[in-house]
This record gives sequence, C-alpha cells and structure tokens, in this order.
Amino acid sequence: MCSCYYSSVWLHVNTGECNLASKHVPLQYLITLHWFETLFLCVFQRMPAPIRLRELIRTIRTARTQAEEREMIQKECAAIRSSFREEDNTYRCRNVAKLLYMHMLGYPAHFGQLECLKLIASQKFTDKRIGYLGAMLLLDERQDVHLLMTNCIKNDLNHSTQYVQGLALCTLGCMGSSEMCRDLAGEVEKLLKTSNSYLRKKAALCAVHVIRKVPELMEMFLPATKNLLSEKNHGVLHTSVVLLTEMCERSPDMLLHFRKLVPQLVRILKNLIMSGYSPEHDVSGISDPFLQVRILRLLRILGRSDDDSSEAMNDILAQVATNTETSKNVGNAILYETVLTIMDIKSESGLRVLAINILGRFLLNNDKNIRYVALTSLLKTVQTDHNAVQRHRSTIVDCLKDLDVSIKRRAMELSFALVNGNNIRGMMKELLYFLDSCDPEFKADCASGVFLAAEKYAPSKRWHIDTIMRVLTTAGSYVRDDSVPNLIQLITNSVEMHAYTVQRLYKALLDDISQQPLVQVSSWCIGEYGDLLVSGQCEEEEPIQVTEDEVLDVLEGLLVSNLSTPVTRGYSLTAIMKLSTRFSSVNRIKKVVSIYSSSIDVELQQRAVEYNALFKKYDHMRPALLERMPIMEKTASNGPTEIMQTNGETEPSVPDTKHLPLVTQPANQANDLLDLLGGNDVVPVIQTTLPTKPASAGGELLDLLGDLSLSGGLAPAPSVPVSQPPFLLDGLSSQPLFNDTSAAIPPMTAYSKNGLKIEFTFERANPNPNIAVITIHATNTTEADMTEFVFQAAVPKTFQLQLLSPSSNIVPALNQGSVTQVIRVLNPQKQQLRMRVKLTYTHKGSPVQDLAEVNNFPPQSWQ
Amino acid sequence: MRFMLLFSRQGKLRLQKWYTATAERDKKKMVRELMQVVLARKPKMSSFLEWRDLKIVYKRYASLYFCCAVEEQDNELITLEVIHRFVELLDKYFGSVCELDIIFNFEKAYFILDEFLIGGEIQDTSKKSVLKAIEQADLLSPYHTC
Repeated sequence: MCSCYYSSVWLHVNTGECNLASKHVPLQYLITLHWFETLFLCVFQRMPAPIRLRELIRTIRTARTQAEEREMIQKECAAIRSSFREEDNTYRCRNVAKLLYMHMLGYPAHFGQLECLKLIASQKFTDKRIGYLGAMLLLDERQDVHLLMTNCIKNDLNHSTQYVQGLALCTLGCMGSSEMCRDLAGEVEKLLKTSNSYLRKKAALCAVHVIRKVPELMEMFLPATKNLLSEKNHGVLHTSVVLLTEMCERSPDMLLHFRKLVPQLVRILKNLIMSGYSPEHDVSGISDPFLQVRILRLLRILGRSDDDSSEAMNDILAQVATNTETSKNVGNAILYETVLTIMDIKSESGLRVLAINILGRFLLNNDKNIRYVALTSLLKTVQTDHNAVQRHRSTIVDCLKDLDVSIKRRAMELSFALVNGNNIRGMMKELLYFLDSCDPEFKADCASGVFLAAEKYAPSKRWHIDTIMRVLTTAGSYVRDDSVPNLIQLITNSVEMHAYTVQRLYKALLDDISQQPLVQVSSWCIGEYGDLLVSGQCEEEEPIQVTEDEVLDVLEGLLVSNLSTPVTRGYSLTAIMKLSTRFSSVNRIKKVVSIYSSSIDVELQQRAVEYNALFKKYDHMRPALLERMPIMEKTASNGPTEIMQTNGETEPSVPDTKHLPLVTQPANQANDLLDLLGGNDVVPVIQTTLPTKPASAGGELLDLLGDLSLSGGLAPAPSVPVSQPPFLLDGLSSQPLFNDTSAAIPPMTAYSKNGLKIEFTFERANPNPNIAVITIHATNTTEADMTEFVFQAAVPKTFQLQLLSPSSNIVPALNQGSVTQVIRVLNPQKQQLRMRVKLTYTHKGSPVQDLAEVNNFPPQSWQ
Repeated sequence: MRFMLLFSRQGKLRLQKWYTATAERDKKKMVRELMQVVLARKPKMSSFLEWRDLKIVYKRYASLYFCCAVEEQDNELITLEVIHRFVELLDKYFGSVCELDIIFNFEKAYFILDEFLIGGEIQDTSKKSVLKAIEQADLLSPYHTC
C-alpha cells in the first residue's frame, strides 16, 4: 500500500500540476505534493528549480541602484533562456511569469513570446492563465507570431471548462487582430447564443471587439441579438447594451432596426429606478448605475433625430433627472448622462430647460469634477440654448477664478460665447481681470477673444481703444502677431480718437518697451499722429506735454534697444521717417536715417537708404508720400487687404504674414500707383465706416480745405495726387480719354500767377455722365524752367477726385511746352464744382508754393 | 477605454492594460509622459484632464494612481466609478489591499481586471459575481505554481 501510495504520488508529481480532470484537489494533498516535488527535483533534476516569482520580485526590490537591478535581471533572464531552451514544461509557467514582471519594469521580453504560445496550448489551467496573460502583454497584433494563437483560442473557445472559454474570449476580445477576428467570429457568435450567462456576457464584449476590427461582420451577430434584452442577468444586460450601442453607432440600418427596442429599454431603466434595494448591484443607494448610464447612452443614440423615439423616452428622462440622488458621484454620473441625452435628442423645451438647470446646479457643486463636466456640457449647448445658458453666466464667470486649469479654460471659452451687446461691459471687466492673472498658456487665446468680442460689441470707440490698450499693456507679449495689423486698422478708422490713442500709447511706451506687439502698434501710431501728440490736442483726457525731441528719443530708443525685434525696429524707423513731415526737427531725423543706411540688418538698411533718397532726390514727394493714412476698408479676411497707395506706403495684402513691413519705396511705388490709378474707370467707391466728425487728420493738403470739409472717409481712390518721377513715365502722355462729345464744354483758366498758367479742358466720361474729365495744361511764361512741379487738388465732400499721372514735372520756360495731367471728378449729386489747388515747384533755385481756389467752372462741367 | 495604468507616486509602473494595439516604444513614451503629467497635478485639481487627443480620468488611492484614458463620448464621472469598483474588487480579494499586494501578486491583479473588464467595457456589474468567478478559477490552479 505504501508503494502504491508513493507511485500514485509519483504520477502526479511528474505532471507537476493538477490535471483539469480532477479539479477538486484537497489542499492537504497539494501541500504534500509540493514537498515531494521539491524533494524529487533536488535529487533527480540536473538544474536547481528556477526561483519563484515572489522570490525574484523580493530580490529585485533589494537592488539599490539601477545598475544593480539590471545585473540581477540579466542573470535571471539568462537562467530563464536556458530553461526555455531545455523545453522545461514544469517551470515554463513560472519563468514566463517572471519574464512578465521584468517586462513591466521595462526590460525586453520578446524571447518569451513563443513560450506563451506553448503555455496556451498546455492542458493545465495555470499554464493557460499565465500564457494568455503573457499573450495579452507580449503578443499584440503587431507581432509576427500573433496569429499562431488562433488555433489554440479556437479550441479553448470550445473547451469543456467555462473558465478556459472565458480566458479565450477575454484574450480575443482585448487584442485579437482583424484576421483572428475573421477566423473566430463564428465561434463568438455561437457563444453569444448560449444560455450560460457567464459566457454570454463575455461573448457580447468579444463581439464588440470583432465588430470594431472587422465592421463587415456586424451582420452575422444580428440574429443573436434577438432576445439579449430579455435577460435577467445584469452582466449580460450590460454587455448587450454595449453591443447594441456599438452596432447602432456604426450602422444607420442597425439603428433603424433597433429603434423598436426603445420601449423595452425604457422599461428596464424604469425597473432599475423603481425597484427596491438590490444588494448585488447597489452602489450608494442607486441600483446598478453602470447599467443605467449605458442604457441612457443607447437611448441617446436611438432618440437622436427621431421624434417618436424621443417622445417615448421623455417621461423616463424627466423621472431620472428629478429623482436621482445627487449627494454622491454616482448619482451625478447618471444625471450627467441624462443631461447629455436630453440635449441630444428631440426633447421638448421643458426638458431641455430642466437639463440646463441641472448643469447650472452642477456649477455650484463643491466637487470640481462635477463643475468640470458641467462646463464641458454647457460649452456644447451654448449655441443652441443660448438664453438658458445665459442665466448661469455669473456662476460661469466665477469659475474663471478656479484653481483647476481645465475648469478655467472651459470657463473662459464659455464666457466668450456668452458675451453680447448687453453684458459686454461687465463681462469684459471680468475677462480682463482674468487676462491679468491667468497662466501664460491662456493669455494668447484670451487676448484674441477680447479683441474679437470688443470688435463685435464695443459700446463706444473710447471704450474700444481703452480695452485694446489694457490688453496690450497687460498681455502685450502674448498677443497674436496678426492682431497688430488688425489693431492698426481699427485705430486708423477711429478717427476722432487718434489724439487720445497716440497719447495713451506713448505713455505706455514710456513705461515698457518689452512687449513687441504693443511697441509696434505704438510706434506706428506715433509715426502717424505724432503731431497730435506734441500739440497736446487730446480731448478725452488731460493732454500731456511732450516735445518733439522727447518723442524722437523714445523712437530712437526702440531702434537701439536689445528688446526690440527686427520687425519692431522697422516700425520705429518708418515712424521716425513719417515724423519728418509732421515735426520740425527734420535734421535730426535725417541724421538717424543716414546712420541706419549702413545697418547690418538688411531690412533696416534698405529702408534707411530709401528714406535717405527721399530726403535727397525726391524731397518734393516726401510730404505726399508720408501723408496720413485714410480709412482702410475692412474685408472679410479681417486685415487690411487693399493696397493702400495714398501715401506711398504699401501694406501687403496677405493676412497671414507675421508682420507688416511698412516699406516706403519711392521709386517702385510709382508703378503700383499707375496700376491703381491709370487705366481704370472711375467707379463710385463704396465708403465703409465714415467718421461722424470731419477728420482732424492732419497733413498739409487737407488743411487746405478748411470749410470745404473733406471727410477722411475717402476710399482708396485718393484725392491726393502723386506726381511720378519722369524716368518711369517718359512717353506716357495723358490723353483725353474720350473724344469731344457734341456738346463741348469750353475750357477755362484755373490759375494764372507769376508766369504760371493753368488751363482746364473738359470731356465727359462715357458712359457715366456724373464723371467730369478735366485735363490741366500748365504753361510757363517766365524765362526759367519750373522744375519739380507738383499739382495737387482737393474737392468738397460730395465729390470724388482722381488724379492721373502728369506728363512731366518740368514746366518749360517761355511756353516751350506744357505739363498736362488728367483729373477725373465724380459728381453724383450734381453740385457746383469747386476746387482748391496747390502748386509747388522750384523756380530759379527757390521753392515756390501757392494755394488757390478755382470757382469759375463752367456750368456744363457739373450739370 | 483605451488603456489603464497603475503607478506609484515614485513613477513606478505597477500594471498596464492596453485595449488598442500600440507599438512597444510608443507605449513606453506615453506611459512616461502621462505619469509626469498626472504626478504633477495638485490635490485641488479635478480628476480629469486632456492629454494629446484623449480624455484622462485618474484617481489616487493611497500610494497608487489609477489612470484611465477614455474616448470622447465616454462619461468621465462613471469612469471614476469604474476605477472605484476595480479597487473594491482588489480590496475584497486581497483583504485590505495595499500597493505591496499588487507588486507581489501582479498577475492576480491582472486576472481580476480581466474578469471585470473586456476590451475596456464592464463585463459584470455585480461585485459578487466577479469575485466568485475569480475564486472558482483560482481553484483550478494549485497554490504553489509560480
């Protein structure tokens, strides 16, 4: 009997494990087994038993350094490798387990892949368990040997033990490749129909994975879904709802098919809510919240864009929304899902309001997670249910002060979405305060949002400028590059605020020159409106006393400062140049410009050289070129896209350039002017925003007009003529555009003084009878040539004027020739034509300038 | 759910379950980055964050962080409950679970997880049912194996 006992033990020890046929092995027997195994192995095996998993873990944890750990790992790996080589069945499981541990520490474990396959193929449950775990960790679909699992899994799916089947379903459902899914879908489908709920629930989730991997296989699971929802088992119910959700999300046909399940789903949900305490599924007093949430999600998908379904679920949604306990996270999770469903289906307005109010209550919850999801949901619904969300505006604004970054971001986005004409002042106060104190990652977005909102809803221009100033001074370095041109355009168009704006910007510059967008906008403004600055014309606030030299000091300071970027330097050099026509300290400016004509920075150098040329050769053009900018037309692309030619400063039209090089190119701009002015028929240009008061835009030309209040609202067809350097336009003589019409208008002498005589001849432009075409003829009776001759004209507000290029700018002495130039006058209101002209030329070495009014136009020219 | 990670305050990985096929080195990179982000969070912050294009839900239990990456349409609040349920299962199984239990019995932690979730979705909402299945499966493996 003893020997029989020992021999049967031997038999068992040989296999080393419990055979699955005899599952119920008493513990005592197992302990004896263990002792015998160790004994036999020590005596009869060549190698010592590989150390146990826990032993290894303990050892590795004693390592004090990374190097020490690596050494231990390497040693153990070597032992494991040789053990694998010997095809040791006994300890394969242990070795693979150890390998998995080392893999989690970050060490390579690929040499264990095949071993996992062998474990899976073993008959022992422990082997399979570790084998499948290893497969899930090491054998994903990217591995070559992945498919070798397929046959084993197939066999195990049909195993007699449900726990083995479970292992196979789990592995397939977590990481099966498309090919594997294709091969095994049939098996899964079979198991989906089994009455064993343990297997059915797993098969359902496995089917979800199969459908995700191979959507075409969805159809084959359809029959099995027939009575999934009649199950009592919550596991099966839950996984079935997941499966149905997956199918409905992927296929509109399935969606239509499953819509009929809505009443059943509503019933199940109702039972969950109404039923009493069920200990097995209870979580903090709520019955199976996981299932409730999944059902609500499926209802959402089924009710979307379908009135009938939405109506069928109306009541239950209201019930869940009002009856769910909100003291714990669990209840709020259900409410959250309910709100998402209500907002997504075709629910009646009462229900929607209820949902938004729930979100409003969420916002007041102490739990920041709840606040977070509330803000996220409100952001989704703010467009469709704007008024309802507005009611919670103050709570949302409070969330700007939250410590959590994600909550702050959402609150910010939501706040911008809620800004409108009524709340702009209050909201902007909060948002500007937020801008001051928020993290740098928010500043750019917040600044952009403020600009956008201010543009849309600014209650006054002053407020608008103030808001921009505030952003520039507090978050100036975070402002987006494309804001600079936008702001410049805005400032230009706010004509009556120019003095105020330049003053404030100047003061800001005195404080801080490090924020480039602020510096760029400021320099530009000082360049444009520097004259207003020194003349102390500010109406809005106390004008500051500042001298020309002080202003130039500041601008020159920008040029030399290390803080200024090359772009900024460009802005400030151009600004300095512009001031040469607005300030009297021209010599100083000339000096600055000449210094920079040898600058290392190529851009600065080019500008300086050209400005230098402007001082020397083309000084007669300088005033005209550096004139005040007119109001710019705003286009849809949100940037100044017209080529502005009036002052000879071109602004490129591409809105996505990082900076606007304001380059004055006296030589080349002539060409562009020609394109704009020459050859085009005059069309009445639609004026966009006209300032209500006449422009106090300076510039010598407009000062001419005095009572002929020329509004600043001229569109790009300017009244400011620019004469062309002769070498470009030689040979281009201005010709009368049309032949004399039958009703010829008599010519007239517009000006005659000091030997200079200017005659006007007229044509009518066909087809537009409102346009008068005047050709001026300038002749010189003196014995000296009149050189650098420039003719300028201005007309009253109701007219528009276009000057084409003159034939030359030398009026030859003694009537030996004439300068001709074409003027087109648009006179839509048929008012009496009046004109003021300004003439400049050099005669016998001295510059001459004269102003005159022309009032003697023949009636036919304007009637 | 895309993946679930368990890691300690010192940044040691204790469990990683991936429900999408990802390259090994990408996994390592993501784990490293995400650990950094989550460990940097202050206690007053919410349990949710956006990372890359994913929604991350995390919760700290004693010295362990449980961290899940979920899809856009997933309910974050219920994910917190899923994490909590998993911790409860571990607790019931190990008896007042602590990090050491999960370190020394990591394979069992995986077994429990795999009995609770498949493909990132809950298999069974009954705690009792999940624990019973694990118990039964354990009976098929003698205790001395690994």
